[in-house]
Amino acid sequence: MTNILVNAPKTAKPGEIVEIKALIMHPMETGFRPGTNGRIIPRDIIEHFVATWNGTEIFRMEMSPAIATNPFVSFFAVATESGTIGLRWTGDKGFLAEEQVAITVG
Amino acid sequence: MKRTSVIPRPKAEGPLKPQERSLAALGMTAGMDRRVFLAGSALLTVLPFASAHATPEAMAAAIKEVVGEGTIREGKVKLDLPPLVENGNVVPLTVSVDSPMTPADHVKAIHVFNEKNPQPHVFSARLGPRNGKAVIGTRIKLADSQKIIAIAETSSGAFWSASADVIVTLAACIEDVT
Repeated sequence: MTNILVNAPKTAKPGEIVEIKALIMHPMETGFRPGTNGRIIPRDIIEHFVATWNGTEIFRMEMSPAIATNPFVSFFAVATESGTIGLRWTGDKGFLAEEQVAITVG
Repeated sequence: MKRTSVIPRPKAEGPLKPQERSLAALGMTAGMDRRVFLAGSALLTVLPFASAHATPEAMAAAIKEVVGEGTIREGKVKLDLPPLVENGNVVPLTVSVDSPMTPADHVKAIHVFNEKNPQPHVFSARLGPRNGKAVIGTRIKLADSQKIIAIAETSSGAFWSASADVIVTLAACIEDVT
């Protein structure tokens, strides 16, 4: 079970610019660190983060191992119409996590 | 070797003093040019770590991959991160670009690069007019005190950049401590 925290306003005026903050629990293992046995711990990171508004992509981010453990992203979006904001994280080892938040515009 | 120092030194005659003897054991005499010695020791400290990190050249190559033949101009971009970082594992970073974010004139992408982490690339974000504001925040890892560069690509194909120098007191862990 992945822990996800999303902070976005529940309501907004049409055309208002709202901030969306998303935090996900993930080790973001860089693939550069040796473990206790001296071998390199294999890389395990989130590579892509995509945000959609009613299915339309509004923001995308490609991540490198330099992103801190438990990746946090904040970005802005224009509130166009009521609906759902979809957030999707994909990464190494088939990692996939999704979260949706509802927003009312009007 | 020609001595360029203006400080007069006594002629080294007779048995060496204990201090001079230890220097002689290291292959240098009291008369050795101080600058040569300092340059040599600086090189020794730098060399063992040079291969473990990305270099400014690697960063320039990674930037070139993104920018291509375009020219990068400084300005319009604001890169906010603390100048002194106590914990390199979690460094808050905000990039904001001065742009109206209209369909005709907006920021297409924001790229962030570093100099001394194992990889020069930090992240690339794709934006558009739907964002309203070209501001993004995240948290990154820094393995050393270094320079961070943020590059914004606009819809007209121009590149704008900003850089910041960061001092890191505790580097992001290179070894697993658990």
